Amino acid sequence: MFMVKYILRNAFRHKLRSLLTVTGVAIAILAFGLLRTLVGLWYLGVESSSSTRLVTRNAISLVFSLPISYKERIRQIPGVTRVGAMNWFGGIYVTEKNFFPNFAVEPRAYLDLYPEFLLTPEEQKGFVLDRQGAVVGRKLAAKYGWKLGDRVVLKGTIFPGQWEFVIRGIYRGAQRSTDETQFFFNWDYLNETLRRTIPRRADQVGIFVVGVSNPEQAAEVAQAIDTRFKNSLAETMSETEKAFQLSFVAMTEAIMIAIKIVSYVVIVIIMVVAANTMAMTARERIAEYATLKTLGFRWHHIAGAVFGESLFIAILGGVAGVMGTFPVASVIEKELSQFFPVFHVTTATTLLQLAAAAIVGVTASIFPTWRASTIRIADGLRRIG
Amino acid sequence: MSDNGNIVTLRNVTKSYRRGSQLVPVLEDISFAIRSGEFLALMGPSGSGKSTLLNLIAGIDKVDSGSIEIGGCEITTLGDAELAGWRALNVGFVFQFYNLIPVLTAYENVELPLLLTGLSRRERREHVEAALEIVNLADRMDHRPSQLSGGQQQRVAIARAVVTDPAILVADEPTGDLDRVSAGEILALMDQLVQDFHKTIIMVTHDPRAAEKAHVIRHLEKGLLTDG
Repeated sequence: MFMVKYILRNAFRHKLRSLLTVTGVAIAILAFGLLRTLVGLWYLGVESSSSTRLVTRNAISLVFSLPISYKERIRQIPGVTRVGAMNWFGGIYVTEKNFFPNFAVEPRAYLDLYPEFLLTPEEQKGFVLDRQGAVVGRKLAAKYGWKLGDRVVLKGTIFPGQWEFVIRGIYRGAQRSTDETQFFFNWDYLNETLRRTIPRRADQVGIFVVGVSNPEQAAEVAQAIDTRFKNSLAETMSETEKAFQLSFVAMTEAIMIAIKIVSYVVIVIIMVVAANTMAMTARERIAEYATLKTLGFRWHHIAGAVFGESLFIAILGGVAGVMGTFPVASVIEKELSQFFPVFHVTTATTLLQLAAAAIVGVTASIFPTWRASTIRIADGLRRIG
Repeated sequence: MSDNGNIVTLRNVTKSYRRGSQLVPVLEDISFAIRSGEFLALMGPSGSGKSTLLNLIAGIDKVDSGSIEIGGCEITTLGDAELAGWRALNVGFVFQFYNLIPVLTAYENVELPLLLTGLSRRERREHVEAALEIVNLADRMDHRPSQLSGGQQQRVAIARAVVTDPAILVADEPTGDLDRVSAGEILALMDQLVQDFHKTIIMVTHDPRAAEKAHVIRHLEKGLLTDG
C-alpha cells in the first residue's frame, strides 16, 4: 500500500515533467496506433474478400479486356453458381479531386455475389430495372449530399463523355470494414452507349466475378476456367478474390514495410526519451533512495518504486494515446474518406498500443532501476544538499 | 549490551576508499567503546573520517578489517539483508539535511521504519503519534516537509529515528543546516532523549556549542583518534 502511494505521488512530483512525458508517450502511442491502422487498412480488401468468389481477367494484364461472350461459357463450368461482368469506369465527379471508385456492374449478378452491400428490396429493384440506375455507398452519398432519385453526372476518362446516372440505392456495409464509398452503375448502360459511340470497345469486360458453390473447390474451378480459354485470343487468369486483392497490395508492399518500420521507430524514440526522463528522475532521488535503504528498505523496494513509476507514467500515456486514437481515426475517416474509406481502429491495434506503452515503461526503467537499487548507501547519502 | 556497560565497542577498525587505482586510508586502527546512555560527540576537521566512522557504527558501510560490536551483535559479520534488518530495529538516523521524503507527510515519514515491522496499522499509529508528541509536532503530522521549517523538519527526522525505539541514535551534523535557535532546540531534544529515554547518541559535529551538550567528545585527525 505504501509503495502504491509512493509511486503515485512520485509520478506527479514534477508536474510539468510528468505532463510532458505522459504527453510524449500519448502522442507516440497515438501515432503508432494510426500507422498500424493504416497498415491494416491496406490489407482490408484482402481480409474482407470472400472465399466463394473468383476473379477472372485477361491473362496478359488487367489492362486488357475479355469478351462478354465468355460469361456464358464460364457459367457452364461445374461448381460455378453466378458470373457477373465488371468494368473499372474511372469517372470524375465535377473535379479530379473528388475521387471515388466507380464501376460498371451487372446489377442482378452483382447483388447476388456481394451480399455485404445491403440495399432495401425497393432499391435493389430500382437498380436492376433502371438502365441509368446507380447505387452508392452511404458515406459517399453523405459526402456529396446525394439522395435517392438524384441525378449525378460523371465525366468519363477511360470511356469519354458525360455519363448521367440516377441514384437508385444507397447501400450500407454488412460489416464495419465494408467500404461504403463506392459507386456502381449498370454495365448495360455502359455497353449500349459504347455500341453507339465506340463500337470496337463494346461487349468487352474488365473482369468477371465468379461465384463458386464450394470454397474448397475454388482452385479447381479457377483452373477449369483458364483451361477452357487456353489457346484462345484472350486467355484468362482466374484466382480467388483474396489473391486478386493481394496482387494490388503487393504493388505497394515496400510502402507498407516503410510505414511499419516508422511505427516501430516512433516507439523506440519515445522509449529513449522516457528512459532519459526516468534516469534523470532516479539520479535526482539517489539520496532519497539511500535514506530509505538506511531505514532498512531493501533493493527490491527501491527497484519497485522506480519500475512502478516508469510503468505508471508509460501506461498513463498509453491510455491517453489509445483514447485519442479513436476520435482522430474518426476525423480521418470523415475528412479523408476518398483515401481511407474505412479507418477503423481494431481491438488488436488497441492491445498492441497498450503493449507498446508497457514495453516503453519497462524498458525505460531498466537502467534507472538498476542504478537506484544498487547504489551504496554511503555514496547515495553524499549526494544530498 | 555487554557486561561492562558498553553498548558500542570498536576494535582495530580500519577503512580505506579506492580512488582510481589508489587506495586512500580513511580510518586507521580505531578502537574505542561507548557506554549505554552516553551522548558522544565526534569532532574533527573535514576529511578526518568522522562520517565514515559514524557510517560504520550505523551499519551502512563496511570495515576493511577490525570488529564492531553493538548491543552484543558483531555487525561486521552480517550480510546486506541481515544488516538492513538490524539497522531497522537497532539504529535511529538523524542527518544534516533531514532526509525526509518530500512527497510524504510528517506522519508518513515517521511511519516509514515501522512499515518494515509486523505492526498493525493501529499499532503503527500509536507509535507515530507518541514519537511526534516527543518532538512536540503532533499538530503538524499532516504537513509535508516543504510546509515545515528547517528545525521542524529535523524534529520530524528525530521522531522517525526514535519511532522504533532503537538502542542507539546516530546523528551526522544534526544542527549543521539550522539557525542558532533551531539548533539549540534540536540539541535540547537530543539531550532529553538521553536523559528521559536513556538513548545512546553518537553525533558528528563541527560545532563546539553542539559538542558541549555531549558527555564525551572524541577527536579524529587524519583517520586517527587523537584523544586516546
